[in-house]
Amino acid sequence: MKRAFTIFSLVTAILLVYGLYQALVAAPTERTMGDVQRIFYYHVPSAWTAFCLFFTNLIASIVYLATKKIKADALAVASAEVGVVFCTIVLVTGPIWARPVWGIWWTWDVRLTTTLVLWLIYVAYLVLRRFSDTAQTPILAAVLSIFGALDVPLVYFSIWFFRTQHPQPVMGKGGSLDPRMLHAFLINLLAFTCFGIMVCWARYRLEMLHREVEEAHAMESLGTSSSNEASLPLSRSSR
Amino acid sequence: MNALKFLFAAYIATWVIHAFYLGTIVHRFKKLHQQLKDLGKK
Repeated sequence: MKRAFTIFSLVTAILLVYGLYQALVAAPTERTMGDVQRIFYYHVPSAWTAFCLFFTNLIASIVYLATKKIKADALAVASAEVGVVFCTIVLVTGPIWARPVWGIWWTWDVRLTTTLVLWLIYVAYLVLRRFSDTAQTPILAAVLSIFGALDVPLVYFSIWFFRTQHPQPVMGKGGSLDPRMLHAFLINLLAFTCFGIMVCWARYRLEMLHREVEEAHAMESLGTSSSNEASLPLSRSSR
Repeated sequence: MNALKFLFAAYIATWVIHAFYLGTIVHRFKKLHQQLKDLGKK
């Protein structure tokens, strides 16, 4: 398993380096926006990866609610946390692109606002996981994640449902993209998806290790308390 | 030139966020391994 992770990480690293080369060097400069358009090669794949991770979180949460399997809960935590990291990148790179193109950093547009709400929902999920330590926490978090996932299609389809300042997709719906731009985009999409899987995999292993340590601590304290109980009559009689 | 400034800012921000997050994962792994080792010693 460790070897598979190492090989996968290596392949991901190669893809990321190749993707960076494609985005910065190989892809042609867009005519109207210029070099700023190259942010698109990181912004869109980051959004796609965040959506995939939130979808994984939704599936894992449903599986946990149905089966109460610890592995499903661990995957839900891992995918939510990594999803928040990718969503943060979307919320950071978006305004950096918007400043030179729109002339403003941020606008309360539907796409931008729903993305911010999505980020806040999953941050709330992580805060719940971090600061609540009852037996009900995983169940509450799973329910919250199901509600959170409802925002994902709203973010995705908002540019079709509402009038928005956010650019429309250039692929499909009659749009076209230079083949070199499409190649750079697809390579980065693949690289970021692999990177998201890799980080989620590492975070999942961390979560399982965390649970192992917690279990070991619980066993140790149980052992300590039982040995204390065993020595209790002696200490009482010695008084 | 101005466009390049924004382009590099976005790419650098992306990798700084990822590097920071990967750093926290590595740090937490080390901490948990140490805890597990300490528990094994007891």
